[in-house]
Amino acid sequence: MSCRHGIPVSVLAAMTVALGGCGAQSTLDPHAEPAREISTLWWWMLAVAGTVLGGALFLLFLGWIRRREPGMPLLGQNEGLARLLVVVFGIAIPLGVNVALFVVANLVVAKVTQAPDPRTTRMTIQVVGHQWWWEVRYPGRTAVTANEIHIPVGTRVNLVATTDDVIHSFWVPELNRKIDMVPGHPNRILLEADRPGRYRGQCAEFCGLQHAHMGLYVFADTPQRFRAWLSHNASPRTAPASAQARRGEQVFDQQACASCHTIRGTSAAGAIGPDLTHVAERSSLAALAIPNTRAELSRWIRDPQHVKPGNRMPRLGLPKADFDALAEYLDGLR
Amino acid sequence: VAATHVERLGRIWTEREGVMGWVTTTDHKRIGILYFFTALVFFLAGGVEALLIRTQLIGPNQNLLSPGAYNEVFTMHGITMIFLFVIPISTGAFGNYLLPLQIGARDMAFPRMNALSYWIFLGSGIFMYTGLVMGQAPDAGWFNYVPLADKQFSPYAGIDFYCLGIIFNSISSTLTAANFIVTIFRLRAPGMSLNRMPLFCYAFLAVAGALLFALPPLSVATTFLELDRRLGMHFYDVAAGGEPLLWQHLFWIFGHPEVYIIILPAFGIATSIIPTFVRRRMVAFELVALAEILVAFIGFGVWAHHMFAVGLPIATTIYFAAASMIIVIPSGIQLFAWITTIVTGTPIFKTPLLWILGFIVLFIIGGLSGVMFAAIPFDQQTTDTYFVVAHFHFVIFGAAVFPILGGIYFWFPKLTGRMYHEGLGQLSFWLAFAGTMLTFFPMHILGLEGMPRRDYTYPGGLGWTGPNLIETIGSYILTAGLLVMVGNLVWSRRHGRLAGNDPWKAPTLEWSTTSPPPPYNFPVIPTVTSPYAMWDPQDREEDRERLGRGVLTLERGHETPATTSLDGNLDELLEMPSHSPYPILLAAALSGVFVMLLVGHWTTALVFLACVGAVLVAWHREEPYG
Repeated sequence: MSCRHGIPVSVLAAMTVALGGCGAQSTLDPHAEPAREISTLWWWMLAVAGTVLGGALFLLFLGWIRRREPGMPLLGQNEGLARLLVVVFGIAIPLGVNVALFVVANLVVAKVTQAPDPRTTRMTIQVVGHQWWWEVRYPGRTAVTANEIHIPVGTRVNLVATTDDVIHSFWVPELNRKIDMVPGHPNRILLEADRPGRYRGQCAEFCGLQHAHMGLYVFADTPQRFRAWLSHNASPRTAPASAQARRGEQVFDQQACASCHTIRGTSAAGAIGPDLTHVAERSSLAALAIPNTRAELSRWIRDPQHVKPGNRMPRLGLPKADFDALAEYLDGLR
Repeated sequence: VAATHVERLGRIWTEREGVMGWVTTTDHKRIGILYFFTALVFFLAGGVEALLIRTQLIGPNQNLLSPGAYNEVFTMHGITMIFLFVIPISTGAFGNYLLPLQIGARDMAFPRMNALSYWIFLGSGIFMYTGLVMGQAPDAGWFNYVPLADKQFSPYAGIDFYCLGIIFNSISSTLTAANFIVTIFRLRAPGMSLNRMPLFCYAFLAVAGALLFALPPLSVATTFLELDRRLGMHFYDVAAGGEPLLWQHLFWIFGHPEVYIIILPAFGIATSIIPTFVRRRMVAFELVALAEILVAFIGFGVWAHHMFAVGLPIATTIYFAAASMIIVIPSGIQLFAWITTIVTGTPIFKTPLLWILGFIVLFIIGGLSGVMFAAIPFDQQTTDTYFVVAHFHFVIFGAAVFPILGGIYFWFPKLTGRMYHEGLGQLSFWLAFAGTMLTFFPMHILGLEGMPRRDYTYPGGLGWTGPNLIETIGSYILTAGLLVMVGNLVWSRRHGRLAGNDPWKAPTLEWSTTSPPPPYNFPVIPTVTSPYAMWDPQDREEDRERLGRGVLTLERGHETPATTSLDGNLDELLEMPSHSPYPILLAAALSGVFVMLLVGHWTTALVFLACVGAVLVAWHREEPYG
């Protein structure tokens, strides 16, 4: 995604781009109104902060070039004038700047980033934080997925953020600010994207061992594609097509898999791990820890603790044929 | 006549020799030195932890530390630097050593309690590090949020080490704070009315007041958590009607004033160094004194700006944002008072002033990024990212530790009687300054590019690799700067040029006595007519005259004068306690109580508690007032 900034770019901004470019999770690469407002606010704050820093550095530089010489040019060592400088630069100017910042940030911009008025949103999505993955539900539909949120582009979505265990924080910086998921406090936030695309997010509140591997993607689809995705994901699993896949389904149902995972349309109805009904359609596994390829999938089910130490999926130690059948089955769940 | 006075004072005040002398000392200078070296050991531990963190993050997907070890290391880094390094070295070392000297007293108001603070601090530090050595270090961050820190999600003893260690440690800080307040209000030299007190002392008064009120909420929070964890209570348990946000409120009611507790001593050091090296009095003295007190006061009203992303009501966030902006004003006053003092003075850029110059630059950057967090939407976007890590390291390392390091250079001649090496001193500053900028400045960019804090690793391809590499290199340069400083001071301790009493022509009273000062500090109690006592040659001439006549030499007992708290008029003579074994015994008994609480031997804990009582009784049978 390209870098576009609404405000003339200062030296630091040039440095930002030179150092890192715009990442896939950058607050400076906004693709929705709330993130754009915050980004604009940032560039203005940077401009003011740069001016203040520049002024102070200039004064210190003045002290440096006049070292071992008494007094200041024009000012000398006049006590009253020096005190006046402190009052002007230390009290009057900061007061004025702060009042302006307060009004702009906390009264104007904050309106856009607050929890959305329910009358202005077109649909609701529930996201539940777990150690260490995201459960995504579409109220009123049977569709359940994990670590990937699909939304129709240009649509104001009311996102309800809750947690199943510890505090997590839902954060997709290119779209909006973050919102914590606190036990007993369902929070809401606006989710909206201007353009179709994939937006990366990550848990922002320290949540234990694998906090670093708790990522998610938001996919903004065209309305038609979104509707197709939603109705497909509301449907039960695609029946296994080959003998090996059918064997995999048996293994899944009979082994420990089914006690933690749900696959709609089968007897697997566990509620601890992610719903796997359409797992093969997702782009990654283990909350963005690894890409969802056949090879990575096999590695993951064989030894989940090596890929993401501390996660709740145990190492099952099945015969190789069973693992191969499982991989074949899961890889076919489109 | 003067010679016999001095000889008698020496006999009365000199403590025992050898190790027993250090163990039983009540001399504020020796206690300050104990604090200094103990805090440095913890600084070394915290520094190694920092280097482990930076080395792990040198590139994407590194495995130097396991996820669990990384979480323990960053948690211990925070706890160590805050509770076991910055506060002990600023209040315990600088405050203890310098306060009585700056106000012209012979000791702190409660010398044995002062020793007790040190031994408790040492005990609590060893207690918390025992967990790490046993592989049971706390791993839920220094902020230790529930429910992650509850028994259900952290079943190991690490969090218990944290809770009990913090409660134990805060006893020490509370004692120190109470001691400072009484010392500052009662033991100032005759003539040192409050408006003639050095700004350094104002800063420590503000710190002591803030500590006294900030620690109880922390003790309450950690006690509740221990009760939840050990006795199955439900203070933070939503399922049973508890409230996890209660922890966050209590923690930050402590945690934000704590920021000013950390930084105010540094402000005090800056106000000592600047006038000395620019050869002029501070501009706007009263405004700066007022600002130091105000910062500590307003600091209690801003805590919820740490919680803007938890979904607080809008009215609440708006209030806390406004309060957070108001605190900019007293900081702005001090900042521009330092800058105008420098530019209207005659600056001589020796090593101590260089560190202060670095401090001013780093504090401006950290302060400006701090104001940005009062913009609620921006805070909600960047909180819990590396932008915050950048901000608070500019403030805590740049603004609090730089003056401490500058202060070490500044007072080194007073403590050792010798000068440090100026060239190496300046080299250590420039290395540390460059290292600090390289380590922490790119963190702003990382935060804006979306890198969260406290991640043990990160994927490539998100634009985070370059800044992380630069930061890690920066941290090595910073380490090199600190090592040059250590080498310089170790060498100078033996081979430096002799310093004399007052090598800097500095303005405050500690420079009137010998380097190092005698056990009784001053052969004659000085009298004072301005905050810049050493720049009033007439007053010092009078001191010498009085020493000759034996007036206010107090050589008949172990005494220091007390003065009235506002005007500093001579009030009475206080008989001070001398060396005592009880402080260390009390701290040992108290350590026993906390260890037994940790392992859950309640009866043995009660036995140790009885020992605490017994030591207290013995202690009070030896009141000097009889």
